[in-house]
Amino acid sequence: MAETLLFNALREAIDEEMGRDDTVFVLGEDVGVYGGSYKVTKDLYEKYGELRVLDTPIAENSFTGMAVGAAMTGLRPIIEGMNMGFLLLAFNQIANNAGMLRYTSGGNYKIPMVIRGPGGVGRQLGAEHSQRLEAYFQAVPGLKIVACSTPYNAKGLLKAAIRDDNPVLFFEHVLLYNLKEDLPNHEYIVPLDKAEIVRPGKDVTILTYSRMRHHVTQAVKGLEKKGIDPEVIDLISLKPLDFDTIGPSIKKTHRVIIVEECMKTGGIGAEIIASINDRYFDELDAPVVRLSSQDIPTPYNGKLETLTIVQPKQIEAAVEAMVALKV
Amino acid sequence: MVQERTLPQFQAPAAQISPEEGLRLYEDMVLGRYFEDKCAEMYYRGKMFGFVHLYNGQEAVSSGVIKSLRSDDYVCSTYRDHVHALSAGVPAENVMAELFGKETGCSKGRGGSMHLFSSQHNLLGGFAFIGEGIPVALGAAFQSRYRKDALGDSSADQVTACFFGDGTSNNGQFFECLNMAALWKLPILFVVENNKWAIGMAHERATSQPEIYKKAAVFGMPGIEVDGMDVMAVRAVAQEAVARARAGEGPTLIECLTYRFRGHSLADPDELRSKAEKEAWLARDPIKRFEAYLLEHNLTDEGGLKDVRDRIQTRIDDALTFAEESPEPSPDDLYKYIFADD
Repeated sequence: MAETLLFNALREAIDEEMGRDDTVFVLGEDVGVYGGSYKVTKDLYEKYGELRVLDTPIAENSFTGMAVGAAMTGLRPIIEGMNMGFLLLAFNQIANNAGMLRYTSGGNYKIPMVIRGPGGVGRQLGAEHSQRLEAYFQAVPGLKIVACSTPYNAKGLLKAAIRDDNPVLFFEHVLLYNLKEDLPNHEYIVPLDKAEIVRPGKDVTILTYSRMRHHVTQAVKGLEKKGIDPEVIDLISLKPLDFDTIGPSIKKTHRVIIVEECMKTGGIGAEIIASINDRYFDELDAPVVRLSSQDIPTPYNGKLETLTIVQPKQIEAAVEAMVALKV
Repeated sequence: MVQERTLPQFQAPAAQISPEEGLRLYEDMVLGRYFEDKCAEMYYRGKMFGFVHLYNGQEAVSSGVIKSLRSDDYVCSTYRDHVHALSAGVPAENVMAELFGKETGCSKGRGGSMHLFSSQHNLLGGFAFIGEGIPVALGAAFQSRYRKDALGDSSADQVTACFFGDGTSNNGQFFECLNMAALWKLPILFVVENNKWAIGMAHERATSQPEIYKKAAVFGMPGIEVDGMDVMAVRAVAQEAVARARAGEGPTLIECLTYRFRGHSLADPDELRSKAEKEAWLARDPIKRFEAYLLEHNLTDEGGLKDVRDRIQTRIDDALTFAEESPEPSPDDLYKYIFADD
């Protein structure tokens, strides 16, 4: 076991996969000589050379399309979005080509590529660098969307994403890069399509992902003291949703709270509620509650920024209120 | 009518071509023309749907460039992709079947006119939006260089030909990709088919410097202007660019001055282009011109040309029958091909 920071866990995943498969390469802004803005590709340029750790010009739509073309012809590109928000400039290539081309081509081509990088609300980075983009991409057919949340799952999931034959959007959170965890010395893979039961419980199901998992964990400490026993599920896969894990939990607790950092309107939570209504309406003892961030551009001011995203106290209060409901 | 650019002169007699090669080019051009004429007929008879963009008039570009490639080279096209697909070797049957939305189509009926694909023929697509194919083509070219220089595969000398129009040359992806191709010396041909019109937008009205080939110079890349109605000229320019790319000497921008004989798509009323302009370009019909060249240089005779035309007419008829008789995709397969493990 070795204590590893999350950004180094990601780096290990890339290094191991590049060593294992020489068609895997990294491209993006400052991934090479500079080592990546969050040092996820540190020293890989020296180890693998300038073609396998390719510093690109600032041309997001074009280098994303280039990765699609490279993937179609047999390579396995990993795009680093210096900030995932920059990838809005590549939306056409991500949606029309990475996402839809396999279908549109009638299966002629596969697109094994990973698009990874930091997203989420950081510390007073301003609206454009504090994006909650996962829901924007949710409706695009052909994409898998994953959010990591711990050094352990970051490493195992990224390895799985690199080996997957489909385009995977891989969300990291800008405030989680310095999380520490003891990682196994042996190689491991975490499947892309499996939610993680963070804490088993019986009173209420809390569905969350990315940084909000840690806010939920804080809230759970307070709830435990009050004798409440929540089940916490980290979704991991935002698309497709893992109802093999979510479903049994709902059948056990009959109450669901969603805690997410994305926008409320058209968010991941909105899709989950709709899906739960389709599949498990009769299992519910209470309406599903979602705690989302506010539908506003993330403000720069620190107090306003704190108000924009869900805080542990709000989670605690919402869970208490739901558990207090008499059936 | 805007002042026409003077077409560059090309000394065709100096170019060498064997009778077999000449007839192969002729056959490819006639195949493109007859195929598109059949598409128009089928569209107007309500057998073909969607936006259908025909290539009539531009055949010298597709044949001149793609027939200068090897079969393991890559071709990347636009929404006007039928003839590029045919030149790349995708059988007419499978292209026609795709336009009929059939399971036997080259994209299994899921793509349609603007989304033709064939991995077997290294046809990267069929890209319906302006400019988006250029980065994809760049990726294929990067892949060749990667295999050669990062993986040490000396046989990885494939070249990519990327086609697009004059309208696309004002799109950011054009400039971004020229920059990267030159920066990394990628084996790619950027082939601009300047047919003067982006639907109703005249090239000169959209473009501060209408001579597109000159834009190569700022990237340190060769930029060549060629008469796109002369297949021998296009072929000569393409061969030189392919040799340069294959030798690892990087990309070339080729501007082919050409014209589409029909509207932008079959839905375009084509009201803006003047009669005089159309007639002037129709008089340069690349197929008639090449027929004259073949006869003048005794590479074939009238009978030889007719044999080709008859053979192609039969192929088109066969392709139509194939497309009409082919099954549609099964409704059970609605979700097939979304993910690679499907």
